Amino acid sequence: MTRRALVWAGVGVVLVAGVLISAIVGQLAVTPAEVGGSLLRALGIPNAFAPTDPVVESTLWVVRFPRIAMAIVVGAALAAAGAVMQAIFGNPLAEPGVVGVSSGAALGAATAIVLGLAAFGDGLVAALAFVGGLLATMLVYLVSRANGRTEVVTLLLTGIAVIAVAGAGLAFVLFSASSANREQIIFWQLGSLGGSLWREVLVVAVVAVPGIVVATALGRRYDVLALGERNARHLGIDVERLRIVSVVVVALLTGVAVAFVGIIAFVGLVVPHLIRMLLGPSHRQLIVASALGGAVLMVFADLLARTLVAGAELPIGLLTSLVGGPFFFYLLWRQRRRAGGWA
Amino acid sequence: MTVALDAVGVTLDGRAVLEGVTLEVVPGEVLALVGPNGAGKSTLLAVLSGERRPDAGTATLDGRALHEYAPLELARRRAVLTQDNAVTFPFRVRDVVEMGRSPWARTPELADDERALAVASSQADVTHLLDRRFTDLSGGERARVSLARVLAQSTGIVLLDEPTAALDLRHQEDVLSIARELASAGRAVVIVLHDLSLAGAVADRVGLLSAGRLVALGPPSEVLTASALGEVYGVEVEVISRDGTLLVVPTRGRSRRG
Repeated sequence: MTRRALVWAGVGVVLVAGVLISAIVGQLAVTPAEVGGSLLRALGIPNAFAPTDPVVESTLWVVRFPRIAMAIVVGAALAAAGAVMQAIFGNPLAEPGVVGVSSGAALGAATAIVLGLAAFGDGLVAALAFVGGLLATMLVYLVSRANGRTEVVTLLLTGIAVIAVAGAGLAFVLFSASSANREQIIFWQLGSLGGSLWREVLVVAVVAVPGIVVATALGRRYDVLALGERNARHLGIDVERLRIVSVVVVALLTGVAVAFVGIIAFVGLVVPHLIRMLLGPSHRQLIVASALGGAVLMVFADLLARTLVAGAELPIGLLTSLVGGPFFFYLLWRQRRRAGGWA
Repeated sequence: MTVALDAVGVTLDGRAVLEGVTLEVVPGEVLALVGPNGAGKSTLLAVLSGERRPDAGTATLDGRALHEYAPLELARRRAVLTQDNAVTFPFRVRDVVEMGRSPWARTPELADDERALAVASSQADVTHLLDRRFTDLSGGERARVSLARVLAQSTGIVLLDEPTAALDLRHQEDVLSIARELASAGRAVVIVLHDLSLAGAVADRVGLLSAGRLVALGPPSEVLTASALGEVYGVEVEVISRDGTLLVVPTRGRSRRG
C-alpha cells in the first residue's frame, strides 16, 4: 500500500515539476512566481505575482500552456493505448508504433491534409487519422493472432508489413502533394508539439479522456484475459466483444494523438512496462498510471526537444525513438532469453 | 445441474473427431474419461463445456442447448481446468486464484469471496504460494494454482482436463480426493485422465473413448477390463483388483515369454 501510494505521489510530483519547468524555460525567461500568478489570475484570484508584461502573459497562454496541455493529453492517450494493446494481444511488446497503427493513422491524417480537409476543421484530420489507425489495428489483429495470443515474430512481421503498406501510401500522398503540404507532412511524420492550439488540445482531450475511462472500466476483464483466450471465455468473458471494443479504443486513442502531433513511437511500450515493474500487472491501475506516466514522459521529452539544441527544435518523435528503440531491443533480447526462442 | 449429450458428433477438417456420443453428466458423481491419444477426450470435454458446438446431435444443460447460454451464465454453472497454464503478465498467485471469482462480481455471491479463496487455496495446497509471482512457479505449482482458480469459481459442474499430468504423487492423490469431495458435496465432476489406475480409483463411472466413439461407459470394474483396454490401446494389460481398487498394468513382454 505504501509503495503504491509512493509511486502515485512520485508520478504526480514529477508531472507538476515538469509542467512548471516547461512553463519557465524557453526563449523568453519567465519566473516561477509569474507562472503561478498567471494561473491564479486565470482562476479568478487577483494576486501580486501575476505578470504585468502582456508579452509574458501571451507567451504563457498562447504558446507554452497549450503545448504543455497537448503533451499531457497525447502522452496519456499513447501510453494508455499501449497498455490496452498489450492486454488484447497478450504480448508485452505490442505497441501502436511498432505494429503500424501509428503509420495507418499517419496515412489517414496525411490524406486529410493533402485533400485540404484541414480547412473544414481539425475534427476531419482526426477522423481520418482514426479511420487509418482503426484499419491498421484490425488488420494486425486479424492476421497475427493464434489461440488468443500473438507470438512476437508474427506480431513484428505483421507490423513490418502494415508499416510498409502505410509507408507506400504515405509516399504516394507525398508525391501528389503540393510542396507546402509536403513540408507539413514530412515535419509531422517526425512528430512535434510545436504550435499546438487550444482547440486542438480540446479535440484530443474530448477523445482521450473517455477512451481512457472505458479502458480502465474494462481493466478487470483484461486481467482475466491474461489467462489466455480459452480460460477467459470459460470465466464468462465475451472475448470477441472485448477485443472489438478494445481495438476501437486503441485506434481512437492513437488516431487522435497522431492527428495533431505526428508519429511519436514507443511511448506505449516504455511507460506501461515501467509501471508494471513498479505497481504490478493489474490493468485498472496499470492503465490509469500509464496515462499519468505517459503525460510525464511527453512533457519532459518535449522540454528536451525544444531546449537541447539552442535556437532549434528537435522532432520529439526522434527523441522517443532514440530512447524507445534500444529499450525495445532490450525487451526482445530478454524475452528471447527467457523463452529460448522467438515465440 | 445436468449436462446431457445426445448422439453428439464433431467434424474437424472433414474428419470425424467425435461420433454418436451419448452421455449424461449428473450431480454427485465423478465421471472419468479415458482413451488413447487422439481418441477425442479433449474434444468431448470442449463439447461438455459449451466451448465447442457439436456438428451433429445435441448438447444441453438442464434442458437448454449449451450454445444458447451467454458466456457469463455458463461461467456461473461450470468451471473448466484446461491444460493451458500460461499467464501473460507476472500476476501474483493470489490475483490468479481471485480471477476464478470474476463471474460472481456484482452478485450476492461476492460476499463469499474470501472464504471461497481460502478453501480453494488450501484444497489445492497453494496457500503458501499466494504472494509469489505466477510466472516464477514450477510447472506443477502452476497446475495447482490453476486448479485452485477453478475451485474458487464454485460451480455445480467441474470439468478437469488431465489435472494430474504435471503433479507429483502426493498432489495427484490430493486431486483425486478433491474430485471425490466435490462429488459428495453434490457437484458433477468430469475428469480426463491418462493413468487408468487413477481413473479406476476416483471414478463412479468411466467412459472409454476410442477413435471418437464412446465404446464403453459404466462402473470402473465393468469398463476397465483387460480385454477392452487391450483392444482400445493395442497393448496387453493386466487388471489387478486389490481391496476393491483396480490396478492397470501393461504385461510388458511377460505374456510373450509365456
